[in-house]
Amino acid sequence: MADIVLDKVSKRFPDGTTAVQDVDLEIADGEFVILVGPSGCGKSTTLNMIAGLEDISSGELRIGGERVNDKAPRDRDIAMVFQSYALYPNMTVRENMAFPLRLAKMDKETINQKVDEAAKVLELTALLDRRPANLSGGQRQRVAMGRAIVRQPKAFLMDEPLSNLDAKLRVQMRTVVSRLQKQLGTTTVYVTHDQTEAMTLGDRVVIMRGGAVQQVGPPQELYDHPRNLFVAGFIGSPSMNFVHAVVEDGRLRTALGDVPVGDRIRRELEGGDAPRELILGIRPEHFEDAALIDDETRRRGMEFEAPVDIVESMGSDKYVYFTVEGERATAAELEELAADTGAADFAGAGSNLVTRLSAESPVREGESRRVWFNLEKIHLFDPGSGRNLTLHEGRSAGALAD
Amino acid sequence: MAVETTTRAKLRWGLLDVVVVVFALVPVLWIASLSFKTPATLTDGKFWPREWTLDNYRTIFDTDQFVRALVNSIGIALIATAIAVVLGTMAAYAISRLDFPGKKLLVGVSLLIAMFPQVSLVSPLFEIERQLGLFDTWPGLILPYITFALPLAIYTLSAFFKQIPWDLEKAAKMDGATQGQAFRRVIAPLAAPGVFTTAILVFIFCWNDFLFAITLTSTERSRTVPVALQFFTGESQFEDPTGAICAAAVVITVPIILFVLFFQRRIVSGLTSGAVKG
Amino acid sequence: MSVNATPAGAQAAAEAEAEQPGGRHAAVPEQRSRRGSRAPLSDNKRAERRLGWLLCAPAALVMVLVTAYPILYSVWLSLQRFDLRFPDEREFVGLENYVTVLTNDFWWTAFGVTALITVVTVAVELVLGMGLALIMHRTLVGRGIVRTAALIPYGIVTVVAAFSWRYAWTPGTGYLANLFDGSAPLTERASSLAIIMLAEIWKTTPFMALLLMAGLALVPEDLLKAASTDGATAWQRFTKVMLPVMKPAILVALLFRTLDAFRVFDNIFVLTNGGNETSSVSMLAYNNLIRGLNLGIGSTMSVLIFITVAIIAFVFVKLFGTAAPGSDDGERR
Repeated sequence: MADIVLDKVSKRFPDGTTAVQDVDLEIADGEFVILVGPSGCGKSTTLNMIAGLEDISSGELRIGGERVNDKAPRDRDIAMVFQSYALYPNMTVRENMAFPLRLAKMDKETINQKVDEAAKVLELTALLDRRPANLSGGQRQRVAMGRAIVRQPKAFLMDEPLSNLDAKLRVQMRTVVSRLQKQLGTTTVYVTHDQTEAMTLGDRVVIMRGGAVQQVGPPQELYDHPRNLFVAGFIGSPSMNFVHAVVEDGRLRTALGDVPVGDRIRRELEGGDAPRELILGIRPEHFEDAALIDDETRRRGMEFEAPVDIVESMGSDKYVYFTVEGERATAAELEELAADTGAADFAGAGSNLVTRLSAESPVREGESRRVWFNLEKIHLFDPGSGRNLTLHEGRSAGALAD
Repeated sequence: MAVETTTRAKLRWGLLDVVVVVFALVPVLWIASLSFKTPATLTDGKFWPREWTLDNYRTIFDTDQFVRALVNSIGIALIATAIAVVLGTMAAYAISRLDFPGKKLLVGVSLLIAMFPQVSLVSPLFEIERQLGLFDTWPGLILPYITFALPLAIYTLSAFFKQIPWDLEKAAKMDGATQGQAFRRVIAPLAAPGVFTTAILVFIFCWNDFLFAITLTSTERSRTVPVALQFFTGESQFEDPTGAICAAAVVITVPIILFVLFFQRRIVSGLTSGAVKG
Repeated sequence: MSVNATPAGAQAAAEAEAEQPGGRHAAVPEQRSRRGSRAPLSDNKRAERRLGWLLCAPAALVMVLVTAYPILYSVWLSLQRFDLRFPDEREFVGLENYVTVLTNDFWWTAFGVTALITVVTVAVELVLGMGLALIMHRTLVGRGIVRTAALIPYGIVTVVAAFSWRYAWTPGTGYLANLFDGSAPLTERASSLAIIMLAEIWKTTPFMALLLMAGLALVPEDLLKAASTDGATAWQRFTKVMLPVMKPAILVALLFRTLDAFRVFDNIFVLTNGGNETSSVSMLAYNNLIRGLNLGIGSTMSVLIFITVAIIAFVFVKLFGTAAPGSDDGERR
């Protein structure tokens, strides 16, 4: 058991590229921290540096208060679970799990006892004499976990451990991982590119982009109060809607109509170097069918009308896609997010809005529908820097805040 | 209809198969056939022997000339193979797993040697080995064999090593293994089939050589069988050496046939994996 | 749970972003390389380097000692008059040996023979090898048998195969000689050369085929299916889909076989012993060295052969650029 501290840790490759830039992170003893971001954001490199599989170019890494920059992986006393599971194909499940203990020169009896214990926890007892080739994906994944927990290391490192599983099993294993971590109370660093995994698993989530940390915090905080455009776009599924906005006479002209702003935002926009164009961000659940809301709620937002593209009924609610006219919101961060999902060159003209409406809404495809959205929950971003202008002392206060 | 086409397609492929097999086997069967012919029927020009005899085999195994050459062939090829595979394994492991300056250079050099005209080495080696006293000795042949087998070994082995998942070594390191332990306990057992295949290929290469063997030897002390065959030219012991030459040729072909029969899959995978990456 | 996020990293990123709006990555390129090259090596890295060198050293040492040094020594020998039958006359003569060899008809005849054998055998082998590769790769029946049979010529000792061909064409003894009314094909130049080439082709076509099969394996099955549904005939599938994907493998096979064919020695030695002007350059060098014991002339030929091979290799690499083996792309494939 130990805490892990990254102090201005950077990774530069000989060819001059910087994979990780000045990452500062304090992971408390027993904490479950998720590193998340699109591919190439440096999350795996960061994990490998903690593991000792890659060198740290500059900065300091401390595990349990001790500087370990130059220590070999074997001297750091941490275990790792790999995406490919990395089970030794020439060893049985038992031998795989016993391998780290045998390297630590434990006596046979202790080894057997520990392996049996770990196997019991992960329900692997019946499989102990099989070889990895004869196991299903989920079983292999559990063996990989077993090999990590069997020696009770100071910390677990997990590199996308669930991404090779099919969707259903992944959800199931998520709870296994979560329960196991709570039960053992071992410090865990978990890398994933899946924001759902990040949101559901971690005590805290670290969002990375281009080798730098964007924001660190508990999942809900990242969701409600994203520091910048990238975090806002990355967290949440379906993701936040972004609408182009122009500042004019203290109002925001958008495809959804003119959006009023409160005093605080107005002050911000009156500065000499303030941006003339903004990006408006609204999460799907902050829309509602205008016919279904009471007057009290209606006052907190505004309405617009748009043609309905597609209706996906989820049972509990409806995802409704609208097309709105007007310029599309553009920013480097948005392009990067689109590239990560592979949708960079696949969006039609105008902007598309994804909304989550109540299941009672009688909305139909092809009609034009009046929709309300909550002004207290919207975010305004500077397209140049990506900064969230609605953030005040770390809290997002919507467009109307005074 | 569909069944009919597949049957016809199968027949067509089968016919092509037969052509290939006949083409590949005729010269081998022919020399085997000659080795079983009696001296009287040797020149009858028939493909199959009319009278079968094992006399030719008895003759060659009775002479020191052949037995000695066979011992030389086996000994030299085995030693050269062992050394080349050990050195090649070390180098290939480093090339496929480790990052160090000079790696590219080594790959380049071994590629150059693979393309090197062996005859260009014959004159200097002839002179150098005479000066060093290596001429007409086992080491005198083993050395060039290792040299020219090494590129083959390094390429084939690094292709095999690259197929071993990288993560396993990382996992071993995370599990507390040193670099050496990771190699011995995780990589080596997985690499063994590749090493074995490479050993077969290298052995075939050494077993096959003629140019070095004929230039760097002068007596029975270190002459290998392919060279000894040239000296069977019917002086004192043999009236007509044809039968004896054929019998000796068949003897040194047997191991090749065995390798091919038992390890066809491995040899093909070894040759092709090394080839794809050049 | 002590949550103590340090937002410094995020701030730094935001600042870097502000400095270069629209920049996708936070770091400045020049800054990276400058700092990167000075990053001190950790123990881990240094140990890895040392191990790498240690493991490669023996192989590198043997290869260099047995090739580089002798080839230099060979250049030195080629500049001397050095006949082992007259060791007292050994002296430095500069390029005189080169003049002797390059103005000698035997050399140019041998060179012509070698070039002819190389061009014809490689061309024929490419066609036959492609056919054999297709058979080995795609046959519906007896794949194992075909592959096993094809490996026999590859594995068999060249000298053994050469004897088989020699006896096959020897009048009286051979089953093939009788086809031509008892004439002796191995005593005439044209037929001798044809037989030498036949023996070479028989022996090395399987190797060519294996290299090409490696290329065939790279052609995705779906690609061929897609081509068929698009209406391509079998021949179009071969030329428009397979060949382009196989190109790197074909070039590698051609390069290796060309250089290998240029070294032709064993077959000629057994089949004709270089008679009737069928010597290759290797054969000629061997004759001068071992039979003539003329180290000076023998070495000169060695050096000339080396240079020729180097030129061939160079031309291949130049022509085919990155597809050539040894280049980065080819190596990582």
